[in-house]
Amino acid sequence: MDKLKTLDLQKKATIIRKHIIDEVFSANSGHPGGSLSCADILTTLYFDEMRVDPKNPKDPNRDRFVLSKGHCAPALYATLALKGFFPEADLNTFRKVDSYLEGHPSMNYVPGVDMSTGSLGQGIATAVGMALAAKIDKKDYRVYSILGDGEIEEGLVWEAAMSAAHYKLDNLVAFVDYNGLQIDGNITDVMNPEPIADKFVAFGWNVIAINGHDHAAIKDALEAAKKVSGKPTCVVCHDIKGKGVSFMEGDYGWHGKAPNQEQRDQAISELDAKLAEIEAEIAKEA
Amino acid sequence: MGKVATREAYGSALAQYGADERVIVLDADLSKSTKTDTFKKVYPERHFNMGIAEADMMCVAAGLASTGKIVFASTFAIFAAERACEQIRNSICYPKLNVKICATHAGLTVGEDGASHQCVEDLAIMRALPNMTVISPCDEIETNLAIKAAMELDGPVYVRLGRLGVEAVHGEDFKFELGKGVVVKDGTDVTLVATGLMVQESLKAAAILADKGINARVVDIHTIKPIDKDLLVKCAKETGLIVTVEEHNIAGGLGGAVCEVLAENYPCKVKMIGVEEKFGKSGVPAALLEKYGLTAQQIADKVIAAKN
Repeated sequence: MDKLKTLDLQKKATIIRKHIIDEVFSANSGHPGGSLSCADILTTLYFDEMRVDPKNPKDPNRDRFVLSKGHCAPALYATLALKGFFPEADLNTFRKVDSYLEGHPSMNYVPGVDMSTGSLGQGIATAVGMALAAKIDKKDYRVYSILGDGEIEEGLVWEAAMSAAHYKLDNLVAFVDYNGLQIDGNITDVMNPEPIADKFVAFGWNVIAINGHDHAAIKDALEAAKKVSGKPTCVVCHDIKGKGVSFMEGDYGWHGKAPNQEQRDQAISELDAKLAEIEAEIAKEA
Repeated sequence: MGKVATREAYGSALAQYGADERVIVLDADLSKSTKTDTFKKVYPERHFNMGIAEADMMCVAAGLASTGKIVFASTFAIFAAERACEQIRNSICYPKLNVKICATHAGLTVGEDGASHQCVEDLAIMRALPNMTVISPCDEIETNLAIKAAMELDGPVYVRLGRLGVEAVHGEDFKFELGKGVVVKDGTDVTLVATGLMVQESLKAAAILADKGINARVVDIHTIKPIDKDLLVKCAKETGLIVTVEEHNIAGGLGGAVCEVLAENYPCKVKMIGVEEKFGKSGVPAALLEKYGLTAQQIADKVIAAKN
């Protein structure tokens, strides 16, 4: 990936992170930690990979995305808005009673959302159904999903993993947002799902482990997945919960908590500083 | 005329109407029992075994339906309506996806497998879900037409099917209309409102009652949701006493649905006949119906008691 492309994705991811903070702040509830940790995966998917058209969100030949960890809706909504599926100005209606931006994504309300999710474990299984449909119809669209590392404690994830391998769904890529934290604490303390990569290998998947904040590595993993025949791919993304906001990073307390005004202002100023840094670099490169 | 189980009629209907390329059938390692193997013999490329993983099957069905498929997902009622209940709720009903959950081996007449496999709560659970249509056919032809109607309806449907062979209630000229009850025997003194194989028992009960000078009407409610409010109110007005008869817990099933309509629209005396807050047990179907008070004679006796 060339320098300018990398910088452009970093810029978009930073804008998405600012939106995440303001969505959760304006709703006074929501899930900032995991939204921030998966923002780089979403940015790479929607701005450097997926075949989607904001003007034709129901195109039958589009690539599909399922946010299996549906509570990270703030990250998905920010990405879709930035991509042009709906106005960025609507993001501050998140979780409000008259808004279409539900606390967890609804495919019937939000343009660009391919599946309603929120109940953990179900999204990845619906993604299996979509990938199977592409195989039945001999279509070339691909299906992407993001799972939480806590989410994979759900038994259904492994039923889905088994069925994806059984039906040789090489058009399916599941990312595990491996930030190591869930609501009640460290994943290894709450209910240890490790070793994650080994489990997916044992279930018959192609597994790639990367830094989940490295856009070039995410893109490389997506390209590598396309070269694998007869197996779904799992990209284990080592990343940081709360990434980009100093006081949220690595703190499970920010799993499902909204910042107050002062915290919001500090988070936005940190992200604005990051944005200025990236823009300066872009100016230097251009 | 021979007896045919509604699950047999389901498998045949899938094969009969399954030419549409959008139709996909999923099963959870029970295709010989649910009879989806009848479809598989004709359209093997559109039948997928999901293994013993009902929760996954429901979500895969949802994903397939999201791309425009008409998906039939089958297993035993206990594993569909109860084990995978939350998947049906969140991944099928909430997004209103085109999935038909055709659940066989419902009720006590599963027989010897016993309580763990005898689902007598599914109608209550499934009808509580928004966007869900719930159908409980009584015989072969009604099942055939119910499956056709389910296929033509855009949205989630739950169809309750049985293991036991049952006699025909309806003739070849039967017209099935979703949401409309059917008066299968007219009468003036009491209305027996039945569903599934209790329609046959209720008709036999009506014959016993006729000998006692009671002219009973029998109504087949094949669509539990949306239920035929107009017919229920009409029957209450015309015959007074309403007796509901179902191979299901008396809590929340057909009886509950009928009482909800009558309590709001035409309060009258209702006697609910069904499984009285109990689990099933092993036994041959006839012995089980006797043990749980669901034979024609027992229904007739309860009607007489309710009349007095």
